[in-house]
Amino acid sequence: MSAVRAEPAQQAAHHSTHRVHRIEVRPADGQRDMRGESVQRQCAATAMAGDAVPTRVEHRSVYLIEGALDAEQLTTLAHELFADPVTQTATIDGAVAAAVGAVTVEVHPLPGVMDPAAESVQEAIHALLGVRTQVRTGERFDFAGCTAAQARGWAQRLLANTVIHAIHDGPFHPASFPEGRPYALAIRSVPITPLDDAQLDAMSRSAHLFLSLDEMRAIQSHYRSLGREPREIELETLAQTWSEHCVHKTLKSTVRYSAAAGHAPVTGDGRPGHEAVDGGIVIHNLLKSTVAAATHELMADGIDWCLSVFKDNSGVIAFDESWAVCFKVETHNHPSAIEPYGGSATGIGGCIRDIIGTGRGAKPIASTDIFCVADVARTEVPRGCLHPRRILRQVVMGVRDYGNRMGIPTLNGTVWFDDRYVGNPLVYCGCVGLMPRTFVKGQVQPGDAIVAIGGRTGRDGIHGATFSSAELTDTHADEFSHAVQIGNAITEKRALDAILAARDHAKGCLFSALTDCGAGGFSSAVGEMGGTIGAEVHLDRAPTKYDGLSPTEAWISEAQERLVLSVPRANLPALQAVCDDHGVELCDLGTFGTPDRSIRLLWKGTEVGSLDTHFMHDGIPTPTRTAIWDATWAASFAPSVRVDPMVAAGNLQATLPALLASANIASKEWIIRQYDHEVQGSSVVKPLHGPQSGPGDASVIRPVAASARGLAMANGLATGLAADPYWMGLAAIDECVRNLVCVGTDPSRIAILDNFCWPSCKDPRNLGALVRASHACYDGAKAYRTPFISGKDSLNNQFTTDDGTTIQIPPTLLISGFGLVEDSDRCVTMDLKGVGHALVIVGTTTTATGGSQVRGLGSTAGDDALPKTDLAAGPANARAVAGLIGAGHVLSAHDCSEGGVLVAAAEMAFAGDLGIELDLASVPGAGEAFVAAFSETPSRYLLEIDPSRLDAAMAALSAAGIVHARVGTTTADRRVRAGGSSWSLDDLAAAWRSGGQGW
Amino acid sequence: MVNPMKALVITAPGINCDLELAQAFEAAGVTPEPALLSALARDPSIIDRFGMIGLPGGFSYGDDIAAGRIMAALIRERLYPALRAAIERRVPMICPCNGFQIAVQAGLLPGPVDGAWPTEPALATVALSNNASARFEDRWTRMEIPAGTVCVWTRGVACEGEDSMLPCAHGEGRFVTTPTVLTALESRGQVAMRYAQRDNFNGSMGAVAGLCDESGLVFGLMPHPERYTRFTQHPWWTRLPIAMRRTAPLGLRMFQAAVACARGEEVAR
Repeated sequence: MSAVRAEPAQQAAHHSTHRVHRIEVRPADGQRDMRGESVQRQCAATAMAGDAVPTRVEHRSVYLIEGALDAEQLTTLAHELFADPVTQTATIDGAVAAAVGAVTVEVHPLPGVMDPAAESVQEAIHALLGVRTQVRTGERFDFAGCTAAQARGWAQRLLANTVIHAIHDGPFHPASFPEGRPYALAIRSVPITPLDDAQLDAMSRSAHLFLSLDEMRAIQSHYRSLGREPREIELETLAQTWSEHCVHKTLKSTVRYSAAAGHAPVTGDGRPGHEAVDGGIVIHNLLKSTVAAATHELMADGIDWCLSVFKDNSGVIAFDESWAVCFKVETHNHPSAIEPYGGSATGIGGCIRDIIGTGRGAKPIASTDIFCVADVARTEVPRGCLHPRRILRQVVMGVRDYGNRMGIPTLNGTVWFDDRYVGNPLVYCGCVGLMPRTFVKGQVQPGDAIVAIGGRTGRDGIHGATFSSAELTDTHADEFSHAVQIGNAITEKRALDAILAARDHAKGCLFSALTDCGAGGFSSAVGEMGGTIGAEVHLDRAPTKYDGLSPTEAWISEAQERLVLSVPRANLPALQAVCDDHGVELCDLGTFGTPDRSIRLLWKGTEVGSLDTHFMHDGIPTPTRTAIWDATWAASFAPSVRVDPMVAAGNLQATLPALLASANIASKEWIIRQYDHEVQGSSVVKPLHGPQSGPGDASVIRPVAASARGLAMANGLATGLAADPYWMGLAAIDECVRNLVCVGTDPSRIAILDNFCWPSCKDPRNLGALVRASHACYDGAKAYRTPFISGKDSLNNQFTTDDGTTIQIPPTLLISGFGLVEDSDRCVTMDLKGVGHALVIVGTTTTATGGSQVRGLGSTAGDDALPKTDLAAGPANARAVAGLIGAGHVLSAHDCSEGGVLVAAAEMAFAGDLGIELDLASVPGAGEAFVAAFSETPSRYLLEIDPSRLDAAMAALSAAGIVHARVGTTTADRRVRAGGSSWSLDDLAAAWRSGGQGW
Repeated sequence: MVNPMKALVITAPGINCDLELAQAFEAAGVTPEPALLSALARDPSIIDRFGMIGLPGGFSYGDDIAAGRIMAALIRERLYPALRAAIERRVPMICPCNGFQIAVQAGLLPGPVDGAWPTEPALATVALSNNASARFEDRWTRMEIPAGTVCVWTRGVACEGEDSMLPCAHGEGRFVTTPTVLTALESRGQVAMRYAQRDNFNGSMGAVAGLCDESGLVFGLMPHPERYTRFTQHPWWTRLPIAMRRTAPLGLRMFQAAVACARGEEVAR
């Protein structure tokens, strides 16, 4: 333990033998076994026809300790470390027999898989006894009322993932742990220069490089010109650097965009970088010409608060004169498909590191998470997929365990259900950071030491970057188990504490720049930092988790919790002292800057690889890609329909509860309460509101305790409109802005992020859909004056089943946003506040119900067109609502999104425990009551206004030319009344909760 | 030199509520100073300089094995004598959440029955075990302060209506002990805080949410009073009467009561 050390014990005097000891901990007699009971409940809740549900499950913790320990030391550990004297009992070197009729299964991590608890235990044993040991942890479950085979089945389904766990029948007590063998240097060249195209293609797939033929050819000709073959480590580096994940080659490519036969020709509509050619448009660098162009045009047009956009690990904006805030959202889809718990935990862990690794270090202050999964009610899944119920439960656990341990409040998120996520779920993780404005930028200096700090390097996560760029199939779990990573939040928390201490050091910031080790590991971190000046890297110096890592493995491993710092050599002793205090390992890997600006890789002094940084970063070919806008193809991405006869019949009374109980609208409280949203003490507007925990629109924190200024965060996701990604993209931007404005955010100080998750863009029709969405990003950002500051894309989200069917996800564009709240003491929430207040709607309602939730339940009311965001009215409505909130006229505000006005009103009512009398006929624009109730037209807000303020508020809206109307009144009788129907709040709240419970 | 107006905030890997604890001390008029457990283990006499001590919440050492277990083992091994000495010279100490879990395992709570702290840390007689739901939960709960408590952090502190709520955020907060120990704690006024009826969400025995030692100085509790020192931290602040904004929130009043005690003041209740 580096934190607290004991003197090494004199071991010779004891009768200790070096072997594996087993300590088993169980609840003491008379104590309840909460974990066992919970497992039994999960078995009962998830049982399908024919399953034998255990009558009882008992849980024990198992510790396997390899080392020289005598009986007295083992007793000390059992009683002072492993078992609580009040509630638990420990057994040393034996296993208590299972109860009569019960069978034992044990779940242990596979050798080489990260075991964070074991690392903590090793440290604690060293601190207490001064003895170095190897520890593995496991869990024992005794199932009563099951056969051994059935118990194993439950373990496979609920308790273990065979990608990372071994399941043992009976107590597991090995004689020794497997050991790594020291690595013997062997430099492997890969003959690439003589290959033909077919062989290049085959090599790209079989070596898991996932490069296109053009890219393989470029590498071939580069090495032909050098007159040698690439070494394995060089080829791997190029594959990581050129992966879609790292370089966003599709979004940065030139795209030839045209319309499918029978469609009107596509137009550029004056967007930059769009050149009209015969039969279509050529877009030079799609990202630069749309998402980034909007930001740069806005910055040229007066927005002066963007401090760092698109360049660093996150986007940075000004918070006030002294402070800046940054935001990053990432996806971790493919790892989460195979191992949801580890996948989501390392997803949020990596995103947090992006924040730490921004500029010269930011402090993570809030997290978000958004999940897209298949229908949890489905009874079977294709071979090679995990059940969506398990995926959702475990991705929530992963975010919970990592985020809570890091001490970062998880404040915002959503879940979207669509069956086409069955083989390829989406896991978006976001993090917001705070930093002094002086640290917004860092600059690597030639001669600086390359310092790695944090976790040790192992074989985990190898090929993660290329894996994320591949397409999933039924065999991916076997093929890519090495890409799965398990995180250790405490290692990252220590690294964070050490980095902030080094940044704020009495001698000044101890480092020149830093970045995180994410996809591609050291290869990508050092490659990026040394991009223009080169680097000399001694790979044998990297601290490893076990012996036997090759230089290539050390270089590309994506082992978690590591960051790379560029440190002036004079500061190394001070940095070492900081790291020692925090118990963080530090390693001097080499030096930035080489005479020829190459990256030289060495192993014990021998060169094992050399990379031309110019070729690495600029050598990637940029072929022109073909994109076709095909509306018929896109229409296939419309959400599926599950007919509810009462909804289809237009029965208003039945439709409201049906909508509230539908998965996409129902309560997410079971998820939200598992996250600590209070830690750091900064929350002002939390995710749930009022005594009944209604759903909030955006969350607000007070990042600088001394200042009342707030920071709001929210998201927009409009996947229901995937049949036309242009309207989907605009609706997502509008929703994100609406959510932020509803709590009191200044709409002129909102920055947004784009995260595209798309089916394969090798299909020109999917790329055409991506162009449409990119156009929405440009048009929307310009109209709302909300600059994009960062983004990420994941463009190969589909799953091929064992019978060859490909399931493509619907195009999914997440817009995340954060913005300033001038005075957080004046924030507004969505729960109704009092009786006799007016309910006012802002914005017009159209009959376009395409893609709406009510259509998903079989309704055909309204017309089937998709709702279109009005780029004049949308921003105007946002400004008008913000004006009313700023003037203090608004008691509660809620955005109208999924489910429309009536669902929004019902949520406000039960959250505040007050009734509403709603007049659907006065909703402007819609006509028919059913359509007025459930149409999901964007840009609409419901506001609660005190009668004494009503005239002033209505006058302000009229003066600004905003469509609005008084549509209701709040009442004391705890009922919602609309269109001749009436519901009790308890029934509505119960319906809303029923859709979100029991998972 | 002991400075009654300085508070030590003990941190360690995985401790993550040190910021809000420091801010709460500051709001109550005391200057907080963080120190790493590793530094204190090297020189436990640092503790002698402080007039108040906080053991914050978090996931010390990942809460691996069990919540607070490893940190408690380290405190027993390295810091117990210095912390015992601090209590003996009447230094108020607060241990929210993970701090509570650590304190009961480190021999700091419920403490001795006859006024004399043992030389070696006592074995735990109470425990904080898995919540009844077997999972982590973040929710605000209504609290009650038992009339006869001797706790300097809660004794006489008003705790009514919407202002009786504190945030809880834990997975292992279910108070467990023997009926004999519980009765003894109650009779000596060592139960410093309870969950109100129907708000005992983790299934604690006797609805116990917080305990103090016999002197009333050492206070451990599962809720986070340090996260309710500003009115906008209340989950329903937007719907509460404006008048409530003018009084110090419950969490802050608890810190103010202990600060007054550290200063040797009698507080008007």
